[in-house]
Amino acid sequence: MALTGIQIFKVTPKTNCKDCGSPTCMAFAMKVAQGAVELEKCPHLSPDVIAELSDATAPPMKTIKAGESDQYSLGGETVLERHEKTFVSKPLFALSVCNAASDEHNNSVFETANEVDYLRIGERMFVEFIYVNYVDGKGEDRYLDLVTKAVGTGKDIILSVRDAAVAEKALEIAKAKKPMLVGANASNYEAMNALASANGIVLGVGGADLNELHDTVEKLEKLGNKNLILDVGFASAAQAFRNSVEIRRAAIKGEDRPFGYPSLVNIERLAPGDEYLQTAFASLFILKYGSILVMESMSYAQALPLFALRQNIYTDPQKPMRVEPGIYPLNGADENAVVAITVDFALSYFVISGELERSGVPVNLVIPDAGGYSVLTSWAAGKFSAGSIASFFEEFGIADKIKSRRLVLPGKVAVLKGELEDKLPDWEIIVGPNEAMQAVKFFKEL
Amino acid sequence: MPFKSSPQKFNASIKTVEIGTGDKKIALGGENVLPFYSFDGSAENLKKVGIEILDTGLETFSPELAEFYGNETEIAAIAKKAAQAEGADFLCLRFEGADPNGLDRPVEECVAIASAVCDAIDIPLVIYGSKNGEKDIALFGAIAEALQGKNALFMSANEENYKTLAASVGLAYGQKLSAESAVDINLAKQLNVLIGQVGVAPESIVMNVGAATAGYGFEYVASTMQRTIMAALQQNDVMIQMPIITPVSSETWYVKESVAAEADVPEWGSANERGIMNEIATAAACLAAGSHAVILRHPTSVKAVSNLIQALA
Repeated sequence: MALTGIQIFKVTPKTNCKDCGSPTCMAFAMKVAQGAVELEKCPHLSPDVIAELSDATAPPMKTIKAGESDQYSLGGETVLERHEKTFVSKPLFALSVCNAASDEHNNSVFETANEVDYLRIGERMFVEFIYVNYVDGKGEDRYLDLVTKAVGTGKDIILSVRDAAVAEKALEIAKAKKPMLVGANASNYEAMNALASANGIVLGVGGADLNELHDTVEKLEKLGNKNLILDVGFASAAQAFRNSVEIRRAAIKGEDRPFGYPSLVNIERLAPGDEYLQTAFASLFILKYGSILVMESMSYAQALPLFALRQNIYTDPQKPMRVEPGIYPLNGADENAVVAITVDFALSYFVISGELERSGVPVNLVIPDAGGYSVLTSWAAGKFSAGSIASFFEEFGIADKIKSRRLVLPGKVAVLKGELEDKLPDWEIIVGPNEAMQAVKFFKEL
Repeated sequence: MPFKSSPQKFNASIKTVEIGTGDKKIALGGENVLPFYSFDGSAENLKKVGIEILDTGLETFSPELAEFYGNETEIAAIAKKAAQAEGADFLCLRFEGADPNGLDRPVEECVAIASAVCDAIDIPLVIYGSKNGEKDIALFGAIAEALQGKNALFMSANEENYKTLAASVGLAYGQKLSAESAVDINLAKQLNVLIGQVGVAPESIVMNVGAATAGYGFEYVASTMQRTIMAALQQNDVMIQMPIITPVSSETWYVKESVAAEADVPEWGSANERGIMNEIATAAACLAAGSHAVILRHPTSVKAVSNLIQALA
């Protein structure tokens, strides 16, 4: 159970020395209780007290680092729905290859693994992992060959194998990539734990049911391994969904420490050969607690909505999504194309750029730093004013980069026209439509 | 130590709203658990999938989508084909052509189309308006009168036209009415209250709390739905316990990711596939966040989302 500020206050020196950066010991204790600062910030606590309390003040769900250079964070969530606070670690995707699958499938994964790679509102979108699955009796050499090829793609690696002897050989090949090792269960956990610990890598744990999984995690924790992810299984979609929800709910609401780890969902096995249903499941598990989603394929058709959904769900509700300030040429706009301006709130940008693209008219859409709010909100906050627009034009050298001298303002800030004409005397200021949906007609007739 | 499951039990439930008549009528809502959490309690009625056709026929459909309908040109024949699509629980007839800023199809013609479609199908019918609140008053009144006894759902009443529509569609002709609000739980509740004050029973109201394509501000839609379901179940707020229906196709088929021609972005591949995946991903996310029914356009998406619902049952 999380401690209250008062309980933490009791162990502080109560000297208000400010060495921790907080004005008083009480303020410090309250911040620790909220999870805003770590107990270790207070230099006057004895290590014994810290050890005793850090368990109790630890977040309900551990943050697990993954990837070759620990570049990914999984878990660390504190709420069940994003509006309660925010989700912090976006789910990552893996493409599955298997020694029991056809060469055709495996090769196509290796060939296309790096195809999907693009930027969306400042975030690079790509498949993070190759998931290399071992099936007993389908050829060990064939499996190790897949591991070699997977490493060759440059992607991060997840080794899914229950046979510790095979896992050891696979790790020999892939250990420089710091792969995850998935496949520990009630019968092999000791050997698998030894391998994972020796290589300093994340261990994935599964079980026939949640009781067995819980039990195995406890045994692994007793062996000192707290670098785990939990496989929700694939007996059926309903069971996988239930496990995913039960595990996360137990961790966040029930403070069930053994279930306080990220989860892995093997979507490929829930709907083999059906990319449409796999897309539907991926969408479901993006909302409901998948940390790693294993897919059979990831075409652009799948990636565009799934990565976009992930980006939406994993934005902090308190921080609006923003686009980078700059010039965005649309419909092949060159330096002679008319200039339109809007704010850097991602939703405003998406809506208006979509409509402008639909119009087919070449337009240079320029975006200043407007605090990430909508047009009227940033105007009201003074962040989208004639002054701020004029200084943005100067900073970005808009007049040097664009020859056109026509600037279309959002209709909602028509009030800025006069002042802008004073500040940008070379420009013809045109008041645009109030709503994005009127933009197609407006720009076609401009 | 074994795992101790603690189901999330609620003492309140979503209201059940029935649409259609006879064997194939559907019931939305009724559950006292979070979306798809059938392991916690009673998920009651399965979530539903609707297939959408337009009064303007197949003209605005992509060639691949039109292919499903073959050479049909008569709206009744198109409706019949749509109703036979695998996984379609209801049919949504959208009067795109009734918009005064577009074709401005007269009300009488629209009534004839609605009647022809209704006669051609055996699954429940949802009538989707012109997106022009004024026109919808006349349109819905006339269609609701012509379809009396069919228990159709009319989408949607908004804060401008709810009074007239509640009185005509809801009270005079006993049809079901959807209340549309713009991604705001307070506005959603307020409109339910207002429609209730006209005299429409809560069991005759469903909500459209807003829709967006994944990636286009969908976080607001998801959070509005999740907060709505929480308010209904946890706080037992009776004025927000109506089931949620979400028109997905009218959003997803118009964004760049679905529309851009393959020639312009070759690496993206087939536009039709992109449209289908966009529709599936968005619909699944809506259902996971709280929608009780989604409206889709492509038979492939209808089937996939129906499969998702069955798989989680």
